[in-house]
Amino acid sequence: MEQLNTMHINKEPVISIKDLYKSFDELDILKDITIDVFKGENLVVMGRSGSGKSVLIKIIVGLLSSDKGIVTVFGKEVNKLSGKDLDALRLRIGFLFQSAALYDSMSVRQNLEFPLTMNKKNLNKEEINKAVEEVLDAVGLKDKMNVMPSDLSGGQRKRIGIARTLILKPEVILYDEPTAGLDPITSEEINMLINDVQKKYNTTSIIITHDLTCAKQTGSRVAMLQDGTFVKVGTFKEVFESDNEEIKSFFSYNFIQ
Amino acid sequence: MINFQPHKFLFSKKIDEFFSGVYKAYFFVIRFFKQVFLPPFHFGEIANQCYEIGVKSLPLITLTGFITGIVFTKQSRPSLAEFGATSWLPSLISIAIVRALAALVTALICAGKVGSSIGAELGSMNVSEQIEAMEVSAINPFKYLVTTRVLACTITIPILSLYCSFVALIGSYISVHTNEATSIVSFFNNGFSTITFLDVFSSIVKSIIYGFTIGMVGCYKGYNAAQGTLGVGRAANQAVVLAMFLVFVEEVTIVQITNWISYF
Repeated sequence: MEQLNTMHINKEPVISIKDLYKSFDELDILKDITIDVFKGENLVVMGRSGSGKSVLIKIIVGLLSSDKGIVTVFGKEVNKLSGKDLDALRLRIGFLFQSAALYDSMSVRQNLEFPLTMNKKNLNKEEINKAVEEVLDAVGLKDKMNVMPSDLSGGQRKRIGIARTLILKPEVILYDEPTAGLDPITSEEINMLINDVQKKYNTTSIIITHDLTCAKQTGSRVAMLQDGTFVKVGTFKEVFESDNEEIKSFFSYNFIQ
Repeated sequence: MINFQPHKFLFSKKIDEFFSGVYKAYFFVIRFFKQVFLPPFHFGEIANQCYEIGVKSLPLITLTGFITGIVFTKQSRPSLAEFGATSWLPSLISIAIVRALAALVTALICAGKVGSSIGAELGSMNVSEQIEAMEVSAINPFKYLVTTRVLACTITIPILSLYCSFVALIGSYISVHTNEATSIVSFFNNGFSTITFLDVFSSIVKSIIYGFTIGMVGCYKGYNAAQGTLGVGRAANQAVVLAMFLVFVEEVTIVQITNWISYF
């Protein structure tokens, strides 16, 4: 596996993954994953469907446990955390699900208020309203405040999903296929939004995708996952120009698509 | 984290799956009792669920209770008339409704309406990652979704059951009144004179147990739904079937226990 860029040598990693293994029944999903994610960077993880990309970020946020290896976020080992300690860590991590996972029974406003009222009980109504308006403004959907999720388009759902992660002011955001199922124009808008969020809130992100445009536009580094392990880590250009046959075929197939 | 999926089968796939399901259900119930007494209590969500389960079931309970009262009275009348004992009708109906019918009818209606609704709601939340979304937002989904719904069922189903008794007795009175000019006061005096404290108490206890069962089964099936939309439908269906089955098993058990108590 290629070594990390030297620009990160003097920085403390926000997320550190060492020798990570994960299998489901007899199937090995992740094998010997080692990578550091540094403050303020957008790491894009690319790979074919079923290569374990989503499993990786679910382990980082503690939704799944690893079989072996160490995952550290803000210096805390995720596997060893539980209860309030894990919740405290999760408040510093935002997670955008592939489907956006908006609560169907709640309006957009309620979707945004819910994590806030459940976690920050000292906030008054005015402060909550201000926070809701601020994040809706950030994603450009202020006019959709009282709409139900079922009345939103795919792109709007993703935007509201991002707004919901932003409302808790996370330092790390994990994006699971942010442009999946969207048309090229909406995908580009989401890519721009990811970059805007990174600049405005100074977040560190891991973006799971197999969309080349998304990887190129958002990633400060790209990690290529193949057969459960990273075969190449570097800038988009470095990965794109790799001699690895599997990576070449992945990129050429995406171009044809 | 406990891995409930056996790698090798001890007996056969189906038998192993049954026992692993029982084991998983046992932990689900234990988890409920561990979390129900710990804060936060989400009173707002409990009240919301009581409204969803209780108030929204009122029209159906009213209709079925009323019809049960009328039909049971009409079916009982000819048998009593053969012995010239139609004057016993209010007592017979009251005992049957208060002791057994109201609680059972309410439980079966709620198993169908509430059980399937909870199973489908939590099932769809599960397959669309909404439950995981709560978890990553540092919200305990079990506490927020399961404990509130089970508590709401345990609180509202006994109230619905008492209401069902009342409506069924009204239906019965109307049926009696169409045949002979009995006053409502005399009907209820006659009916209540034979009902004991144990009858009412056991009926309430039964309804509490039924409510808990319906809520728990609906939540368990929905919370553990898998395989996309197919799993949601299956969760709703299994929630109804299992809840009804357990209600009947509990009915038989509680009747036996009540009979032993009244014997002593």
